[in-house]
Amino acid sequence: MKRIFSEFMKALYNNSFVFTTEIEPKKTVNPEGIINLARKFKNHVIACNITDNPRAHAYMNSIIASYIIQREVGLETICHMTVRDRNRLALISDVLGACALGIKNILTITGDHTTMGDNPNAMPVYDIDSTQFIYMLRKMVDEGIDLAGNKIDGEVRIHIGAVGNPNANPFEPEILKIKRKINAGVEFIQTQIVFDVERAKRFIEELKAPPPFILIGIFPCNSYRMAEFIDKKVPGISVPNEYKEVLKKANENKEKIDESNIEYFSEMIKELKKTTRASGIHIMTIKYEDIVGKIIDSVKGIC
Amino acid sequence: MIKLIITKQKPNLLKNLEKYNKIFIIGCGNCATICKTGGENEVKALAEKLGDKVIGNIVIESPCNLKFLKKDLKPFMYSNAEVIVALCCGVGVQSIVEFTNKEVIPGLDTLFLGEVGIKGRFYERCRACGTCILYETGGICPISRCAKKLLNGPCGGMVNEKCEVGNYSKDCAWILIYKRLKELGRDFEKIIEVHNWQNKPGELILGD
Ligand code: SF4
Ligand code: SF4
Repeated sequence: MKRIFSEFMKALYNNSFVFTTEIEPKKTVNPEGIINLARKFKNHVIACNITDNPRAHAYMNSIIASYIIQREVGLETICHMTVRDRNRLALISDVLGACALGIKNILTITGDHTTMGDNPNAMPVYDIDSTQFIYMLRKMVDEGIDLAGNKIDGEVRIHIGAVGNPNANPFEPEILKIKRKINAGVEFIQTQIVFDVERAKRFIEELKAPPPFILIGIFPCNSYRMAEFIDKKVPGISVPNEYKEVLKKANENKEKIDESNIEYFSEMIKELKKTTRASGIHIMTIKYEDIVGKIIDSVKGIC
Repeated sequence: MIKLIITKQKPNLLKNLEKYNKIFIIGCGNCATICKTGGENEVKALAEKLGDKVIGNIVIESPCNLKFLKKDLKPFMYSNAEVIVALCCGVGVQSIVEFTNKEVIPGLDTLFLGEVGIKGRFYERCRACGTCILYETGGICPISRCAKKLLNGPCGGMVNEKCEVGNYSKDCAWILIYKRLKELGRDFEKIIEVHNWQNKPGELILGD
């Protein structure tokens, strides 16, 4: 019998089509910002990802932020943990601490290199990589021991996720790497943002057996400028012209922008739901949080 | 191809030497000569810049080898010096400290163990990590060549075969490994286990 610890995982096993979104703690000591965001998301998503020093910027700790959100808002979290900032000792101890705080889902992440961040001369750690982190977590959860075989008191009740990139070029080594992660025992995959439904389909198709749960990442843009920026400046991600065109036509009109996003992404979601074995959608936004609920509402009843 | 310790000239060296009036310079006839950072030419060039503050200079075959230091470096040469500037790697600097007991200033930054390419460029190839895994990775070292020392495939920072670190100008080591393993017909799905970083109790000493 598969042991299930989180509401998120329970929904996946029940074959519900699920939605998650993401909150980025900032360089702040105040939790109000993340609490308010979590309140906005609470009735729409099953769980919310909490980022861990994204783009190698030193922000509020993701474990603490996850704990605060779960306690204050009652929204389950998927806590990101990078191997960039911790050696295996720190990872083990952070996982134990996360368990003590009631965190049930961990997304294993390599982490952007420190040279990309806001303290660029920092020593990056990378003692173990994200695949080995998954392997270690499996030992902690399944056998109650750490990486070196030392016994842990009590149960480690954690579900293990990883990221995948449907845009990767070349594609095959990305898929093979994810297969290593599947072999290591990962349970769910949340993907990098993708605009092109065919790319998402190809990704899901390649990861047929044995199947992890896959949530496809989407990113509704709040303006034509944003879409252009992603297309031109974010390496490896291309934004289809048809999507950019509708945003352009919306001409900075907030209602029309919303409508265009709802239409574009609800079509994409329906298509994925109908033709693939995707388990859900992970919606990421920048300064456009209110669209998350709107897109999810637009496919209610269908998903 | 030769393997050697790659160095580069320290920035601000001249400025850091301003306060000294009696300087002795030691160069290296081996790695730093090939790197063009501490050979005859570089020692001469530094001596010229420092002018009559320099009381002497010498290029030693390998300053990292106490036997060579003993053979070539006589105390009368440097005994009046306030400071010795060493144009060699950090190993050489420490041997000179041990041998002369003088204040020694490194003139170079020690970067990596490298291969000298055909066109005279230097390529980092090994970090002396202590547990060589080159067999698993088809003879391409991810510990020195992947910016994140990853052991199980390319990270999300790989775009069009290039690495996010260095603004996509360098090959992603894991794409090279993937291609190589494919060429060799080897399995790419097998997980490479956590690395043994040979955590050393301080300095390692080998030999009888
Ligand atoms: S794995 Fe790489 S760094 Fe380690 S000994 Fe081998 S070549 Fe050197
Ligand atoms: S892009 Fe490739 S070389 Fe660069 S850090 Fe990632 S895996 Fe390593």
